[in-house]
Amino acid sequence: MPRNPTAAANESAVMRAETRRRWSLALPALTVITLCSILPLGVMVAYSFMEAGQYGNVQWGFSLEGWRAVFLDRDFFDDSYIPATAHLTILARSILLALATTALTFVFGIPTAWFIATRPPATRAYWMFLITVPFWTNLLVRTIAIQEVIRADGTLNRLLLATGLIDEPLQMMFTNGAVLVGMTYVYLPLMVLPVYAAIEKFDFRLAEAAYDLHASRLYCLRRVVLPLMWPGIVAGSILVFIPALGAYVTPRLMGGGRAMMWGNLIDLQFGQGRNWPLGAALSITLTLVVVGAMVWYARRAAKGAETNG
Amino acid sequence: MANKRFDVTHVPGAATIAIVTFLALYIPVLILVVNAFNGSDTAGWWEGLSLRWFAAALDNAAFRSAALNSVIVALAAALLSTCLATAAALAVTRGRQIKGQGSIAVILNQPLLVPEIVFAIALMVVLAQVKQVTGYQGLGYLIAAHTTFCIPFAFLPIRARLSGMDLTLETASMDLYAGRFYTFRRVTLPLLLPGILAGFMLAFVISLDNVVVSSLVKSPGQETLPTYLMGELRRNLTSEIYAISALLLFASISIVAASWVITRTKQ
Repeated sequence: MPRNPTAAANESAVMRAETRRRWSLALPALTVITLCSILPLGVMVAYSFMEAGQYGNVQWGFSLEGWRAVFLDRDFFDDSYIPATAHLTILARSILLALATTALTFVFGIPTAWFIATRPPATRAYWMFLITVPFWTNLLVRTIAIQEVIRADGTLNRLLLATGLIDEPLQMMFTNGAVLVGMTYVYLPLMVLPVYAAIEKFDFRLAEAAYDLHASRLYCLRRVVLPLMWPGIVAGSILVFIPALGAYVTPRLMGGGRAMMWGNLIDLQFGQGRNWPLGAALSITLTLVVVGAMVWYARRAAKGAETNG
Repeated sequence: MANKRFDVTHVPGAATIAIVTFLALYIPVLILVVNAFNGSDTAGWWEGLSLRWFAAALDNAAFRSAALNSVIVALAAALLSTCLATAAALAVTRGRQIKGQGSIAVILNQPLLVPEIVFAIALMVVLAQVKQVTGYQGLGYLIAAHTTFCIPFAFLPIRARLSGMDLTLETASMDLYAGRFYTFRRVTLPLLLPGILAGFMLAFVISLDNVVVSSLVKSPGQETLPTYLMGELRRNLTSEIYAISALLLFASISIVAASWVITRTKQ
């Protein structure tokens, strides 16, 4: 049947009206996010290419000094460029601590998710509730809780002193280890949730089939269970790694000035450091790393859906 | 042979590690709560059960004003972000694909893509200018900031609820000469309500818990509970801090428990 030109025009008019109506529904939310999040981020990009003001803030004028300072310092004596070891150490520490946190949440989170997913369906919800409660509790409060355990006159030290295992309290606070313990404690539920979702969907008859075909326990785990759990593990790792890399509260309380992380370094540049272009450049770099990790994950997930479906 | 059936779900050691994990998650929080109820003058020495630190906190004007600010900001931000997210979810979830639908979804989730400290500092830099120009120093900035990062959280459950909803009910309503608005109010909204409620609660908890954005965006002298707590921590760990932490803990747990009960009874 030949298409009626007036009907087609009508249809496109209807479509246009619908597009307009639905865009206007989304408009208030889009406006708020554009004004309060996208625009400020644009300002940060601009600031990273400006000159530092004497008392903080920026001065008009194009400059690459902010970006230079991320990687290179001026030598104190002959003004030559040397690697900015102070910053680079902090950036390297942030990446390593975020990776170590991901690894530790993996070690504790995977068995926990497995345990919950293999409970009878009736009790599973209660176990999951126990994981979601810390997830929704104040991050600052949970950091205070773990700080109380490991600080010099905290619970662990008093316990060890009382049992006579040590004579002097162990100084555990304000070290890389303290930050690692704190972040693992705080971000653990983020690993358990997606991994649990993956294991719960797993059809255990597949494992039975593998055992029937004389697969060993380890072989079955490696070749049958793990590949099917993999999307959940990748999702959990991304969910832990990203907030850990940009963490601010936990390293500040557990690490102080001695075990500073990327987020604290940014904050410092806008506070006492008074180098806003450097702070802005550090912020944009962190954002790019985080967005890069997410894009990589999204691509991977899309590819996985293609091959599975 | 009375052999136990071979259990494929059994992995040696998993249960042990899981129990250790649960204990490790909960023991520090329990210690904190116990400390909050400690009657002793110095934190750490146990001197019997007491509510004195809760009383001290409630007696503290700075704490009361911080608590009030927290509740005002969380309520306002949760309400605003839920309304905005509901409208946006209605725009992008159902019906025919419209032009630019993908970019709407990306913009709605943009606050989640940016690290929190970067979002907070960028907003602080911009708002410093706004504060200078307008002279306004009120809670409006905190409400705007919290609304922004609450939108993607409120959006999640609402969109999930909408995408599982049947379009034919609305078509039927329209076929029976109900107007667009009447259909929304009497058909769409009641069906969507559990999603909206979940979104509101999520946004409320997220706002109540926030410390990084609040501490950078707030005006001088303004405090929310978490920023007040952060400031007190810089001085010393006192039993009052434990009491305030315990109060925040109870607030979050009761909200999560409430939403858990609501979603379970719905199923």
